[in-house]
Amino acid sequence: MANEVIFHSIHLPESWKLENYLKTGGYDALKKVIAEKIPAEEIIAQVKTSALRGRGGAGFPTGLKWSFMPRQFPGDKYVVCNTDEGEPGTFKDKDIVRFNPHQLIEGMIIAGYTLGATAGYNYIHGEIFECYERFEAALDEARAANLLGKNILGSGWDFDIHAHHGYGAYVCGEETALLESIEGKKGQPRFKPPFPASFGLYGKPTTINNTETLASIPYIVKHGGQKFLELGKPNNGGTKIFSVSGHVNKPGNYEIGMGTPFKDLLEMAGGVRDGHKLKAVIPGGSSVPVVPAEIMMDLTMDYDSIAKAGSMLGAGSVIVMDETVCMVKALERLSYFYFEESCGQCTPCREGTGWLYRVVQRIEHGEGRQEDLDLLDSVAGNIMGRTICALGDAAAMPVQGMLKHYRDEFEYHSKHKKCMVSGV
Amino acid sequence: MANIEMDGKALSVPDGSTVIDAADAAGIYIPRFCYHKKLSVAANCRMCLVEVEKAPKLLPACATPVMEGMKVQTRSPKALAAQKAVMEFMLINHPLDCPICDQGGECQLQDLAVGYGKGGSRYQEEKRVVLNKNIGPLISTDMTRCIHCTRCVRFGQEIGGIMEMGQIGRGEHSEITPFLGHAVSSELSGNMIDLCPVGALTSKPFRYKARSWELKHTASVAPHDSLGSNIEIHSKNGTVLRVVPRENEEINQCWLSDRDRFAYEGLAAKDRLRRPMIKQNDVWRECDWQYALDFAVHALQALKEKHGAQQVGALATPQATVEELFLLQKVMRGMGSDNVDFRLRQSDFSADAGLQGAPWLGMAVAEVSKLDSVLLVGTNLRADHPLLALRLRQAAKHGARVSLLNPLDDDLFMPLAAKAIVSPAAMAETLDQVRRVLAGETVSGDAQKIAANLQQGESKAVLLGNLAQHHPQFSELHSLAQQIAAACGAKLGFLGESANSVGGYLAGALPAAGGLNAGAMLNNAPKATILLGVEPEGDTYNPAQAMAALRSADLVVALSAYKSPTLLKSADVLLPIAPFSETSGTFVSTEGRVQSFAAAVKPLGEARPAWKVLRVLGNLLALDGFDYDSSEQVRDVALTGAVSVKLNNTLKTLKPLSKVTHGALQRVGDVSAYHADAIVRRATSLQTSHAAANNARMNGALLSSLGLCEGVLIKVSQGEGSAELKAARDDKLPDACVRVAAGSAATATLGGLFDEIKVERA
Ligand SMILES: Cc1cc2nc3c(=O)[nH]c(=O)nc-3n(C[C@H](O)[C@H](O)[C@H](O)COP(=O)(O)O)c2cc1C
Ligand code: SF4
Ligand code: FES
Repeated sequence: MANEVIFHSIHLPESWKLENYLKTGGYDALKKVIAEKIPAEEIIAQVKTSALRGRGGAGFPTGLKWSFMPRQFPGDKYVVCNTDEGEPGTFKDKDIVRFNPHQLIEGMIIAGYTLGATAGYNYIHGEIFECYERFEAALDEARAANLLGKNILGSGWDFDIHAHHGYGAYVCGEETALLESIEGKKGQPRFKPPFPASFGLYGKPTTINNTETLASIPYIVKHGGQKFLELGKPNNGGTKIFSVSGHVNKPGNYEIGMGTPFKDLLEMAGGVRDGHKLKAVIPGGSSVPVVPAEIMMDLTMDYDSIAKAGSMLGAGSVIVMDETVCMVKALERLSYFYFEESCGQCTPCREGTGWLYRVVQRIEHGEGRQEDLDLLDSVAGNIMGRTICALGDAAAMPVQGMLKHYRDEFEYHSKHKKCMVSGV
Repeated sequence: MANIEMDGKALSVPDGSTVIDAADAAGIYIPRFCYHKKLSVAANCRMCLVEVEKAPKLLPACATPVMEGMKVQTRSPKALAAQKAVMEFMLINHPLDCPICDQGGECQLQDLAVGYGKGGSRYQEEKRVVLNKNIGPLISTDMTRCIHCTRCVRFGQEIGGIMEMGQIGRGEHSEITPFLGHAVSSELSGNMIDLCPVGALTSKPFRYKARSWELKHTASVAPHDSLGSNIEIHSKNGTVLRVVPRENEEINQCWLSDRDRFAYEGLAAKDRLRRPMIKQNDVWRECDWQYALDFAVHALQALKEKHGAQQVGALATPQATVEELFLLQKVMRGMGSDNVDFRLRQSDFSADAGLQGAPWLGMAVAEVSKLDSVLLVGTNLRADHPLLALRLRQAAKHGARVSLLNPLDDDLFMPLAAKAIVSPAAMAETLDQVRRVLAGETVSGDAQKIAANLQQGESKAVLLGNLAQHHPQFSELHSLAQQIAAACGAKLGFLGESANSVGGYLAGALPAAGGLNAGAMLNNAPKATILLGVEPEGDTYNPAQAMAALRSADLVVALSAYKSPTLLKSADVLLPIAPFSETSGTFVSTEGRVQSFAAAVKPLGEARPAWKVLRVLGNLLALDGFDYDSSEQVRDVALTGAVSVKLNNTLKTLKPLSKVTHGALQRVGDVSAYHADAIVRRATSLQTSHAAANNARMNGALLSSLGLCEGVLIKVSQGEGSAELKAARDDKLPDACVRVAAGSAATATLGGLFDEIKVERA
């Protein structure tokens, strides 16, 4: 079964319109919350039961995160949605906003209600401006229908959502850089602690979740946490959208239950492009270690299974590579991305990403030295875990993953000054 | 208190402190770059990573609060490996140009690289080069050396009150830069030189002058304002090459104003007086000390014989030392004259009779940071008292209500709770309104708000600045401030103008028995007048009048460090004396703190410490009690007894509010920061940093009513004197006021700081 939670209405023409969302039971969850005055604790308990884990990449249990929010704290509190989606290989959140913005809005309103927030913000990546416009239109529809804004559904409760579009910096997807950016400052991650739950947007308690995470909430409220959990597997509840890209016949977004075998996902995506065979998969977006085909074919698509194989499910961005891919070239491209996107604030990331990129580039261009491989591994290791935000780790992990599984290709490049895969 | 363990040592540290604080207190050194005890925590350099038991990753010590039972290892293999790795990252793009870097020898990066770096680099790629920036005449930049610690950025945001440096760009392309094309202009900018841990920001005037290890360090006290900032004078081969702050938490903390830092350039000015000179038949010629002193003594004695002792007088700069001021008044009194004064820019002396002690800050400097509410009356605060402004900014940050009653409204870079910007003529009246509100009357407007703010908080003060002290109704402002302070339970204080504004009183360098005060002598100089460090064109309330008065005297004996053009016109004998850097001496700061200092270098040429010159003068005049062996002896006689009992701001008798009449336009004559005294007027880099200050400012309404526009050349005149200046618009100035700063050569021909002024097209 596919498209049970997020994309359940995607088959409808103009699925993004309020009337169509309402036709498929949209806003039922919100209405239920308002009508039954469901206590916040109960909603959080359901989210915990659902085993929903953050879809932004880290997979942090959402119910637990929500329980950190000091909802009794007087004054402003915020819910922030992270639609910055800037990591190479990720393209699910933009489709959520494009095809089902109301489910996200409903999720944000319920989150606002549950967390005692006074307002919500959705930070939308700068390079998908049409999604930003569509989201604004959906907000207008919701306001006109009294689902959002003052006195929501006659409850006496006010809650509004503001859309904010970024300018395309990857680092602004990091939650505290995102907050800085909304505040009008340079998007640079903050040192934590304090965490956003105590010192967030404008210094107020704030909960930040990914688009897909928040869009899953209405289902959980409507059908109960248990039902959501059962769509996936224990500790990995629900469905997940996998953005499959690369050498497959049918790249695209696939919403399937957590724990679905990778084999099945590959099949849904039309299999490896004709006449070629699978070489490796980056299972969770450009920041996670690569997994060779033979290991990947035995894995199921969920946090725990991928973690056991030494990689991460991340945001569920599955980059498929066939046998024509040169791993040195692939890593050169990946390292270039992190080199360009480092915010420059802290030393290991600012200096280390450039170092990594230049060495890989040299190897790729036939100027590698034997000692470069150990150097790369060591520099990546020196970045890992020593930076203010996880961008440093994101830059280091692909390097270490590639060297772990494809060291021979790097050695060949360095020694023979040409590519082992293409021979040139 | 939290009990923690660090490197196996059990420590008990205050709750809320960070691991780095705890380490510093315990004498354990954790390497760091971005951390600075006076700035917010950025945790961006990552040099201070330490191992904390149970933490999955290494933690930055500067940003990690201590917790009960925490076990920290600062030099475990894991911590050391991380520190070394970060050091390697620091250095890969650093130019490693220590041999040509001024920071060499006092560079945190260099020092730590010795401990944590390697002999060679694993980085074989091309290094980053950052285009250099020109940020003005005070700070030299080599931005390729920058390690992005953001100390300079945080300094502007958090201490200076204005963000003049920022980080642009991302990743490796990120650069620390001023606003594009701008120089930094804060009066505190030089502190960024100290804060910069590498050679990215260094002193421009000091550039390539010496290596740090060649310098002789002498502890001293800054002479350009009354704070008594502790400084260290760095010299080489008898020349002062730079001045840096000496940390003193009670005074300047670790900061220094640009004026105190860069004014030393004036010590080596071309027109330093190196030999005694006398004028005979209108021709100046150099001579030896003996000849000059004999000449002076004979002339003094002859004039005294002829006109009586009341025709002998002396004027001194408040920048002179206690010893000098004391001996000067002693010479006068020995000659039978009570005509002596150092309050050169004061114009209203009518409160003198009511004074019960030396006017002072009324509290310790450190208390200023803790005030809850303060009213500032008549001050160009950032220019006149840069570090007191910094303290008040700290107070404002913590919620203090700062109110201002002033004829000018320059941005103080701190929020103001209330302000009344009125013409000088209306200041006393407005202050009286505040008094009346506090006495229960209803008055509307600004005074009401100021009074309301003064009624809140515990610790409060009413502080009178330089503009109030120079004001023609000073005694009224003083009386009103005293009543206001009493009514709201505030302390009354004076922001002393100069290094010895308090010390001059303690040394007795003012009339005590009906003698002439500075105002009287500068109006009508005694036939024989001694000047100690005075430049009449820049140091007095009414330069035109002062110069005319001195020119009409029969004899002017000037003890001066400089061959000033006006002294050449008005004096008859020039005796070369040592500025503060070349003599031992004492300043008593505005908080009443007595600070003595030693000479940093030998006097230039044949210049002599003024206390020695005055001692000889006393002896040659055959006066008793001039057998001092050292400046310390002089000081001990000058300052007998506790200083604190001699400080008193309370007037015995209050001066009632008078009706003022004034002309159509009134001058607002603040003294520009870099023209405040003879030394700083000659500090070339400071002069170029604020070259544009010489103009006549007025609000748009006045400009247009005079048919003028911004930028045109206008003639401003006061009495006989006039000056051609550029008209500038400042809509924050009150109506009918023309702001023309004093102190510079361009305005030396003008009259009183707050007197009538005329404006016409040049
Ligand atoms: C460099 C960097 C980029 C990130 N980009 C995104 C992003 O584009 N979208 C996102 O949801 N989370 C992103 N994250 C993760 C967020 O910091 C945060 O963990 C997430 O938004 C939390 O939501 P969740 O708990 O619902 O996953 C990024 C993290 C890092 C370190
Ligand atoms: S210029 Fe100096 S103080 Fe400023 S960020 Fe760079 S290294 Fe730090
Ligand atoms: S000193 Fe702690 S991170 Fe810079």
